[in-house]
Amino acid sequence: MAKELWKGNEAIAEAAIRAGCRCYFGYPITPQSEIPEYMAKHMPAAGGVFLQSESEIAAINMVYGASGAGARVMTSSSSPGISLKQEGISYLCGAELPAVIVNVMRGGPGLGTIQAAQGDYFQATRGGGNGDYRLIVLAPATIQEVVDLMQDAFDLADKYRIPVMMLLDGMIGQMMEPVEWTHTPAADLPEKSWATTGTNNERPPNIINSLFIDPDECNRHNLKLEEKYRRITENEQRFEITDADEAEVLFVAYGTPARLARAAARLLGEEGIKAGVFRPISVWPYPYDALHEAAGKESVKAVVTVELSTGQMVDDVRIAVNGIKPVHFIGQAGGVVPTPREVADAAKKALGR
Amino acid sequence: MKLPDKAVTIIAGHYGTGKTEFAVNLAIAMARDKRRTALVDLDIINPYFRSIERKAELEKEGIIIHVTSHGGKGDTPAIPAEVMSVFADTGLQSIIDLGGDPGGARVLGAYKPQLDAVPHDFWYAVNLNRPENRDPEKVIADIRETEKLSRQKITGLVNTTHLGRETVLSDILKGDEHAAAIAGRLGLPLVYTVGERKFESEAKDLVKGSFFPINIYMIKPWELGDAKGGQFEWLLEE
Repeated sequence: MAKELWKGNEAIAEAAIRAGCRCYFGYPITPQSEIPEYMAKHMPAAGGVFLQSESEIAAINMVYGASGAGARVMTSSSSPGISLKQEGISYLCGAELPAVIVNVMRGGPGLGTIQAAQGDYFQATRGGGNGDYRLIVLAPATIQEVVDLMQDAFDLADKYRIPVMMLLDGMIGQMMEPVEWTHTPAADLPEKSWATTGTNNERPPNIINSLFIDPDECNRHNLKLEEKYRRITENEQRFEITDADEAEVLFVAYGTPARLARAAARLLGEEGIKAGVFRPISVWPYPYDALHEAAGKESVKAVVTVELSTGQMVDDVRIAVNGIKPVHFIGQAGGVVPTPREVADAAKKALGR
Repeated sequence: MKLPDKAVTIIAGHYGTGKTEFAVNLAIAMARDKRRTALVDLDIINPYFRSIERKAELEKEGIIIHVTSHGGKGDTPAIPAEVMSVFADTGLQSIIDLGGDPGGARVLGAYKPQLDAVPHDFWYAVNLNRPENRDPEKVIADIRETEKLSRQKITGLVNTTHLGRETVLSDILKGDEHAAAIAGRLGLPLVYTVGERKFESEAKDLVKGSFFPINIYMIKPWELGDAKGGQFEWLLEE
């Protein structure tokens, strides 16, 4: 099929509908408002439900209800709105409910700015809600990748009964790029025998719950969740490595900063400095081993992390590199985007040139 | 290619059609033709990838710029009072870049008395590669909605068909056919077919709209890395 020009937020919404999402609950906030706008226009035509909730908190709890009843469901917001959803996300994890949550990040903290940022990495990968829980967090870098990953996001959510977050920065939501709609077949998924779909007097009722008041029972529940997170960590790490052979500098970046890093690598190449880019696509589970191996190559003199934050993912880079190579950081926060030249200069400084 | 001679030229269309790129290039072409030119960014829809990001280049060309509050990057897009000056300043030619969707044209309704009093054109940009622009019926419905919300009549179409950096000649030619057919049904002219300068020699005799060659000014931050020796070389000047 011929390529079309899509705006990121519209593509997110369309890809979700194509992935079988039939319930969307959300509340507008820049820079993601085109998602609910698109859903409002197109979800009813797909036979689904669009509801603009009275708040982000209501939306995430509607997600809990719809998911508990077995629906493919999504919500989206941007940073301050995602903060409001944290309680609901913790409950979804506790009750083992699948859902897709899209965060089109803007600058923070607090209300911050409406321009693009990546300051919600800790919240997404460490949890902004209470308790021992994890989300699968996917961080695409192009609109094509957003579209391609959306089916996977819903499938992974159902497969592991876990919320999956799409972690994007505002530029991905707002920019236009060519998209080719390739059909990704749905994964072979089991029936949702746990969903509250009515017993028909033929089985005991299913109960969706995150309350385990007996400490031993709650402990067993946590250990069961932990076992699930271990399986996800084993099976679902995703990353991309570009031009790492003989690289002196290894950039590490997720989302659009990976594109800045690739542009910086080209500038360095013109000066005779080889630079590669390691791009985590799943930021939880984080591809620690793959990054450790890439950084461990003899040619690599410095690892340079690029983020639209004051340094969050760099903690995971340090865990991965584990002291075998120096780890440097360049970033801007609050909606300012470094130029490829600034990124290239940071790499040169890291090399002592 | 003939440049507009009316006092005000307004550009509307769905977001992502290439309106802003065309508006910026049109302003520069007019300024280089020694006309006093203003670019008015009245986009109240989209706070990203705005013409104001090219403020330095535009001001270097002598173009006067008016933009919504917070340099177009705010969450509450208040319209500055000085926009009114473009209707009063005789001898000034203004280009008004509206926000995307019919909703983006709503802001124009506030200037109905001023616009009715000056000669103006109101062009609708069409990009065949945008899903919303594929169906001629939908384009016509959007034009009617744009007219209703803006309280002004569309006076011409502009073919801005592109596919970002993957644009090829056939995109421009197919878009030209598509826009010309819609314009024909509406009894309106297809004023320009817009395309990057590199397509000019091949495209200009094949298209129905007058070919309007553009440079790409609205680039993404990582594309700055390709500036040296590439199509964004102009960004490295000085």
